[in-house]
Amino acid sequence: MEKPHTRPLPRPLFLNLLQIQMPVGAITSILHRLTGVVLAAGVPLGMFLLWRSLGGEEGFAQVVELLHHRAFQAVVVLLVWALSHHVLAGVRHMLTDINIGSTLHKARRSAWAVNLTAAALALLALGVLP
Amino acid sequence: MTPHRRPGPTGLPAWLVQRTSAVYMLLFLVALLAFFGWHPLHSYAEWKRWVAHPAISLALALFFAALLAHMWVGLRDVLLDYARPAGLRRALLVLVALGLCTGAASMAWLLALQHV
Repeated sequence: MEKPHTRPLPRPLFLNLLQIQMPVGAITSILHRLTGVVLAAGVPLGMFLLWRSLGGEEGFAQVVELLHHRAFQAVVVLLVWALSHHVLAGVRHMLTDINIGSTLHKARRSAWAVNLTAAALALLALGVLP
Repeated sequence: MTPHRRPGPTGLPAWLVQRTSAVYMLLFLVALLAFFGWHPLHSYAEWKRWVAHPAISLALALFFAALLAHMWVGLRDVLLDYARPAGLRRALLVLVALGLCTGAASMAWLLALQHV
């Protein structure tokens, strides 16, 4: 018997990010990607400052002095948050690769831990800066 | 579906590059934090001497190699997911690749300068 010819229905698409209820793991996953892009944007700045700091006494002093500027401190805190989140979420990801913490309950808990610890480390950086 | 070649490593190689570079960078960052926690730097001379130490220079060179490889896999994934149409995606991939090569050359030069 020949199967009835049916056209596949278009897949439903709903992308209102304000109405989708995302589980905490999804937020951690998206932030892992976002922080990766933020860090990538910070790399040229870091390389420029490394050049400057190794280019002579004057450049070194300038880079140290920069750390006292409010605007630059804000950038540093943002980058510390991004690095903390990216590293912690990355470690979480690799642990899941070897099947550690991959049950739903544990994965939810570790996702919360990543998001909160990264924020705490950013606050710590805020306190440590001159 | 027409098969098309994706730029750079995909599948298992990309997975492996992403993880080995991540583990190396993680160890490097932990070592760096521990070291500067014990021996804070106070002057330009100390900073120069530290970077020019052969073991540190080598570790830094490996760090930048890992960083740029990691960035390539990550940024390529992001562009393949979001950049449309194909022309724009290709242009952005070329731009990122050029940027990363420039970064690699720049860091290699900077490290070489510490040893002349």
